[in-house]
Amino acid sequence: MSQELNKVSLERGLEALRAEIDAPVAAFFSSCVRCGLCATACPFYVETGDPKYTPIRKLEPLRLVWEAEYTLWGRIKSALGLAQKVTDAMLEEWEPLLYDSCSMCARCSMVCPVGNDLQYMIRKTREGMVASGHAPEGLIGAAARAIRTGSPMGLQWKTLDVQIKHVEGSSGLTVPVDQVGADYLVLLSSMEIINFPEYLEAITKIFDHAGVSWTLSTDCFEATNAGIQIGSKDIAAELVERVVAAAAKLKVKNVISPECGHAYTAIRWEGPNLIGRSYPFRVFHIIEVLDELRASGRLKTEGKETDRLSLHDPCNLARKSGCIQEQRNLMGLVAENFVDLKEHGRYQWCCGAGGGVSSNERAEPLKLAAFKRKKAQIEEVAPERMVTMCATCRTQLEEGLEEFNMDIPVVGLTEMIADHLVEKDPA
Amino acid sequence: MSDPMGFLLWVKGPAFDWALAIFALGMFARLVEIFMLGRQVNYAEPKGSEWGPGFKTVFTRTFADPGTFARSPFDVVLGWIWHIGFLVALLLFIPHIELFKSVLGLSWPGLPNPVVDAITAITVLGLLLALWHRLSSPVKRFISTPQDYLVWAVTFLPVLTGYLAYHRLINPYPLALGLHILTVEVFLVVFPFTKLTHVFTAFIARWYNGAIFGRKGIES
Repeated sequence: MSQELNKVSLERGLEALRAEIDAPVAAFFSSCVRCGLCATACPFYVETGDPKYTPIRKLEPLRLVWEAEYTLWGRIKSALGLAQKVTDAMLEEWEPLLYDSCSMCARCSMVCPVGNDLQYMIRKTREGMVASGHAPEGLIGAAARAIRTGSPMGLQWKTLDVQIKHVEGSSGLTVPVDQVGADYLVLLSSMEIINFPEYLEAITKIFDHAGVSWTLSTDCFEATNAGIQIGSKDIAAELVERVVAAAAKLKVKNVISPECGHAYTAIRWEGPNLIGRSYPFRVFHIIEVLDELRASGRLKTEGKETDRLSLHDPCNLARKSGCIQEQRNLMGLVAENFVDLKEHGRYQWCCGAGGGVSSNERAEPLKLAAFKRKKAQIEEVAPERMVTMCATCRTQLEEGLEEFNMDIPVVGLTEMIADHLVEKDPA
Repeated sequence: MSDPMGFLLWVKGPAFDWALAIFALGMFARLVEIFMLGRQVNYAEPKGSEWGPGFKTVFTRTFADPGTFARSPFDVVLGWIWHIGFLVALLLFIPHIELFKSVLGLSWPGLPNPVVDAITAITVLGLLLALWHRLSSPVKRFISTPQDYLVWAVTFLPVLTGYLAYHRLINPYPLALGLHILTVEVFLVVFPFTKLTHVFTAFIARWYNGAIFGRKGIES
């Protein structure tokens, strides 16, 4: 009975993999020469030294399907019964490789000498893993909670409402909710709401200062997309549709993704393709909005941080979305002693927690191992504090630095900007 | 065909035609297989363009980024040396140019024989080092398949037999030349069905990489 079930789920998985094979995938697999340079770009390999974490090898299930079914020689081999088949046991073995040891940071995609975008293929291979029932428990739980409650952590509006009241009390400002016709719909991430409530207060102050018309939506406040992390288009599309519906209801022109990496790539780059149509609004990461306010002279700041600060570029924001200069412009506004990590921007190293790794309890030891690359980078420039703009990165940096007894606080860039706003005249 | 001259005539004649036909048709089939798959419409608002960044990456991926170079200098330098050596021996050896002229009708200036000879010797050594590295580097050995060793052999043999023929180290000469041409034919036949396709498809892969990132406003 269970063997029959496995056969059905395996076929579903293979079908999902077939659906993901496109011209880039075929060109990438046609070009791999097994040079192994992708391993040297991967924090999971670099910090464990285990060759099984070589990025291209993580794609073996997708490669086997491509070779057997989409190439002439592979079809001949299949007809003769000589082709290696993807089995349920193989997918089980590959599950930790595709989820626990890959944060989809795309550093390997930047380094591969033949130009393979490995991260693009990891994302696709995860579709087959979910369809065949081989996704980690932690991510299944997060995706189920996101669908059921709107938040991967099961957070509800009433929790956010308590925070809104708190922010309003301490700032003396109003947090706009369900304001039809506002310019910007602001999304948050649950992790931010729980771990970094200062973010909401910061944007409330900044937008008041700059005269930005914005709103939260009681229908949808969550920006993260557990469907993207686990690799399920159906779940991901449902979560994107909720944002689109909330934006349409409030007739906003723009949607702002918070200090979260994957939430931004999910809504900005994958979202329209998941729902099969363009948005009637534009999408920005909060850092893009802040830099735009800075460039147009709407951010008036005073004083600068004097300690030695460095910056962690979230992979999703920098390497995967081209936001590299914006955060440095903003740092220039408020920091006088800023030093970049040696490899930064599109070549920065992942914190180790992205791509669903942080929602996957089983991956804890690997997550900490991968962080050692970031730790080494931080030690090289010895900052007094680190600045970043992604709640997952920030949590990972805080936990990792603490684990290694490094006394380096981590701050969010948005709140640092808010701390330096010129006070408005009471008039 | 039992005599060396007969063997040479066979490899230069029907065998060469067959090998060339399998190479051309096989490679054409692979390119069709790739492009027929196409790409889905992308509805996300672009931040940059695809074409320019795509072509830029086709060129820039030839060079390793400083971090990768520092971490794997041996890989990068060795790869460069034997790829360039292989191309010089293939394209700038005067008798090869004569062959291209007879097949394609195109010709170009070559390098003096002693220069090509020295470069070929370096290429032979480079390929031997590449094999040693594949066997000794934990990552390379782990991810290598039988195909990787087959492709190494079919790439190495034309260089080696060419070198031996040039120095008259195999006799009689028609046998030496015949063996050299035969190894090239094996290379051509194996080409479309193995990773040797990267000779063409790496440029397509790089273009897609540059285009995918370029659309999001990143230079890749």
